Amino acid sequence: MTTKTKKDQGFIDIANKAVDMYHSKKEDLIPILMQVNQEIGFIPKEAMEQISLRIRVPQSQLYSVATFYHMFFTKQTGRHVIKFCESAPCHVVGGREVFDALKNELELEPGETSSDGKWTLTTTSCLGVCGVGPVIMVDEDMYGNITPNQIPDILAKYE
Amino acid sequence: MKNKRSIKNGTLPAEQRIVLKRTGIIDPDSIEEYIVHDGYFALGKVLTEMKPDKVISILKESNLRGRGGAGFPTGTKWGFVAGIKADKKYVICNADESEPGTYKDRLILEGDPHSIIEAMVIAGYAVGADEGYIYVRGEYKLVQTRLLNAIKQAKEMGFLGENIFNAGYEFDLHIHAGAGAYICGEETALIESIEGKRGEPRSRPPYPTTNGLWDKPTLVNNVETLANVAPIIRNGAEWFKSFGTPSSAGTKVFNIMGNVNSTGSIEVPMGITLRDVISIYAKGLKDGAVLKLAQTGGSSGSIIPANLQDVPMDYNSFANAGVSMGSGALLICSEKTCVVDLAKVLLNFFRFESCGKCNPCRIGNQRAYQILLRISEGLGSMKDLDDLQDISKWLYEMSNCGLGQTAGSPLKDILNHFRAEVEAHIVKKECPAGVCSMSGISPTSN
Repeated sequence: MTTKTKKDQGFIDIANKAVDMYHSKKEDLIPILMQVNQEIGFIPKEAMEQISLRIRVPQSQLYSVATFYHMFFTKQTGRHVIKFCESAPCHVVGGREVFDALKNELELEPGETSSDGKWTLTTTSCLGVCGVGPVIMVDEDMYGNITPNQIPDILAKYE
Repeated sequence: MKNKRSIKNGTLPAEQRIVLKRTGIIDPDSIEEYIVHDGYFALGKVLTEMKPDKVISILKESNLRGRGGAGFPTGTKWGFVAGIKADKKYVICNADESEPGTYKDRLILEGDPHSIIEAMVIAGYAVGADEGYIYVRGEYKLVQTRLLNAIKQAKEMGFLGENIFNAGYEFDLHIHAGAGAYICGEETALIESIEGKRGEPRSRPPYPTTNGLWDKPTLVNNVETLANVAPIIRNGAEWFKSFGTPSSAGTKVFNIMGNVNSTGSIEVPMGITLRDVISIYAKGLKDGAVLKLAQTGGSSGSIIPANLQDVPMDYNSFANAGVSMGSGALLICSEKTCVVDLAKVLLNFFRFESCGKCNPCRIGNQRAYQILLRISEGLGSMKDLDDLQDISKWLYEMSNCGLGQTAGSPLKDILNHFRAEVEAHIVKKECPAGVCSMSGISPTSN
């Protein structure tokens, strides 16, 4: 068997902790994955293997669940994840211009992570704050009534 | 004159708050403030004075209809679950509010979380369930925090758990957070998700009322529907029916957004017109612009032209006009909106959110999106319009669940109401609203 690196072991520990939180229950697979995703920023293969062993659900099934839900990432993300709402209510009040500004500023297309590992840009469906569109979310912070010229200032807040 | 008659006379229809009555008034983290504002009174009345079937008959009399979009009579649904003998039943509150343009459930849950807990215990008693789940969309973190706190408080006070109100009734409540999937608002997909699986809708029948969570009879209600329950128990069915129209009793929360001066949420009696909503609550369109279209009910709703703005917004009037009330989202668009561009955005949403289980939805939405993209680039043909019409029809007829069945409505609506504008993109190679890029046309092509 291959030896585990320190990083891999860290992922496994986090997976174990999440499984323990939910008492190894199969039906709590989604909260378990959520916990891992929150702590690491994505769900690494090593964590997935460990969860599979612990709750006795095949890895294939785990992977199918992890890739189904938009809030889960199965690949390493940037330190900060930007979610841009591309639904109609944001779109008709200037969302398109905001998204162009965002892509230009970051030099990223949706789904991409910057080479310095700082940013991941994703599009999302409605975030439920449509009264103040266009809306973007950076990590857990919500920004509403965004105009293209505000983008640099917002991004500058993050290290 | 604040009742339904005032709407018919064309005078100002006042806001009427039933489900949003306490939001913004009480501290949502304080069960004491909830109790002071009539909280848990209805639950006490139900558990100490009423038989389960009496609760259901009051709901039936009230004509309350499901506020999640379909408008199914709530009392009837409760009656279905109550009528089945089973060793275990569940009550689920559908708080997976993901319909673009809809944030009414978030307001209710953030502002008045106990109202939903109270309604769920009442529902559990009425249908014979002892366990419930609130399925909250994953992005609603504040809702989750407030609900967890409210559940803890309700347990401490004896409104949840064992022997509630010393009536020998027990009810346990859990929160299940979603993980980002529009489809989980569909009740059978939601149930799959609680069971720890991909949120793919089941084939129906059987319906959740007989075979729901863990194959047990399950009542699934929307947040806004449940928020009406305790007020109806407290004030009676006749009181509830004094608001709204004969086909649609009570109020509706509408979320106003788009090219208007004032966005936000209102709760008004059913039967108000879009014209009134725009002029009174939205304070008109921005910069004095003219209304071109409105989208009612979110992405799966209807795109309606300005000439339908006087249809009373209630279930029957809307259904007769071929319009979907849906979730209560009202997206108001000025002349600057292009219908091809709007439909493209909507179909992009559906192709992204389709769960992929059934072919008509997975492939149909993708195909429709590609066609709309082509039209927006000036590369469309007249045959594309027939294809869009066909896809819309096939989506409706052949999809497994509500997502696919309604995904084609924008296509049908723009071809019904705005065909000339769509054709201009194809024949004249121009976007009348000046939105579409027409980037596919090179100077040498015709």
